[in-house]
Amino acid sequence: MDFMTDLSCKECGKRYSADRQYVCAECFGPLEAAYDYCAVARAVSPSAIAGRPANLWRYRELLPVEGPPATGFQSGCTPLVRATRLANALGLQELYLKDDSVNHPTLSYKERVVSVAVTRALELGFRTIACASTGNLANSVSAHCARLGLRCFVFVPDSVEPAKIVGSGVYQPQIVRIRGNYDDVNRLCSEIGGEYGWGFVNVNLRPYYTEGAKTFGFEIAEQLGWRLPQHTVLPVAGGTLLPKVCKAYRELGELGWVAGSSKIHGAQAAGCAPIIQALHAGLTEIHPVKPATIAHSIAIGNPADGPYVLDCIRETGGWGEMASDEEIIDAIQLLAETEGIFTEPAGGTTLAVCRKLVEQGRIPGHESVVVGITGNGYKATGSIADRMNGSVHLSASLKSFREWYLSRSSSIEGRVL
Amino acid sequence: MSVLVRIPTPIRQYTEQQSEVVLEGRTVSEVLENFKARFPDAGTRFFASGSKTSRFVNLYLNDEDIRFLNGLQTTVAEQDTLSIILAIAGG
Repeated sequence: MDFMTDLSCKECGKRYSADRQYVCAECFGPLEAAYDYCAVARAVSPSAIAGRPANLWRYRELLPVEGPPATGFQSGCTPLVRATRLANALGLQELYLKDDSVNHPTLSYKERVVSVAVTRALELGFRTIACASTGNLANSVSAHCARLGLRCFVFVPDSVEPAKIVGSGVYQPQIVRIRGNYDDVNRLCSEIGGEYGWGFVNVNLRPYYTEGAKTFGFEIAEQLGWRLPQHTVLPVAGGTLLPKVCKAYRELGELGWVAGSSKIHGAQAAGCAPIIQALHAGLTEIHPVKPATIAHSIAIGNPADGPYVLDCIRETGGWGEMASDEEIIDAIQLLAETEGIFTEPAGGTTLAVCRKLVEQGRIPGHESVVVGITGNGYKATGSIADRMNGSVHLSASLKSFREWYLSRSSSIEGRVL
Repeated sequence: MSVLVRIPTPIRQYTEQQSEVVLEGRTVSEVLENFKARFPDAGTRFFASGSKTSRFVNLYLNDEDIRFLNGLQTTVAEQDTLSIILAIAGG
């Protein structure tokens, strides 16, 4: 049964059939999938979902596809980690990490949007898939296309981390590296999008792609026992994830599966914070910036969906902050030391911002908080490698070890023992 | 100045399916005025209010966003290319 009814323009509300159209012909606003929620409520319930396989398709009535899924059968359903040691460090009582750094198969939240976009692309007849990416999306698109045997082009900026190039290349897509930043790549892909009949997951498949991000929010609610956290802290780049988690919470409320609301907070790196700057200045318009941050995966200086991020933050009573590169690295370290999770700078940004919001009193210590961890640190080791100087180099003799152990500095002692 | 204006696919329904057009002007604003005069259906959709372009329309002069230049008042040179790009979030 088909639960998606059509697409509607987020700006003017004009309706379109759910096909290859991706911008409104009247006002050029983005199109978004709409659903028959009464039909969804009749067809599925939290208890029915509980019995389904542990992947993102357990919410398929709320995803924009018509037939069976094509990929993503091990994607989603990532851990919601109760983080008690980190909570103590931040002065919180109830803190969770939604940990997409272990999302299958390429270790980022992008599996969610790609699984949905590629499934829909096949339904719409696309046979070549492409994307504009800061790295993680390219990894995910490459992997899902490989397992489906689809032709694949991924466009990335020069600055992409080496591990993210290898992490795409192994799947044998055509990698196109562009001299410029992500915004340059995105502009080029917008121009290419219509020319070759390719399905760019985050350009002409965007109305479907973005809906996959809702599953991040659905899972948070389900894993909390169909409850919303009082605060949700999310990284912000192009502006996909935050508004879609907001939409997910709203849909669950509409279905009567959760009560209440969550204050949604946004996090950007100080070297690329056009949305947070607009938030702090009380503006509705976003002024683009040229990114300069170690948080490459969220370095988008011209976020077209930025105004929707501002709307969601303001409507839910949330806030936003930015973190310096130093604060981002500190937060990566803190997360690793307290919870044993290694995130990339985007995750460090989100955690650093959560810390600031607690210090500002915007997140009271006794209220429940979920922090979104959207990417994996093993793909971005360069940003933190200089800090990792804690090893010693010894010969394989007991004497050598004993001598070192006796001479070790007291600062190491607390960590080793 | 004669400037090459590049038109994205979703807008071509209002430009007689043309993907490029050469227009005159001394500034981006003047080129756009001529674009509006040539293709009024596209023009009315470009300008949300008065002379301010819709936030879904980005303009690039020779691959640089005009917001990093002098906005609509940016001067143009002979044989410059002005690309109209619809704002698609990407990410």
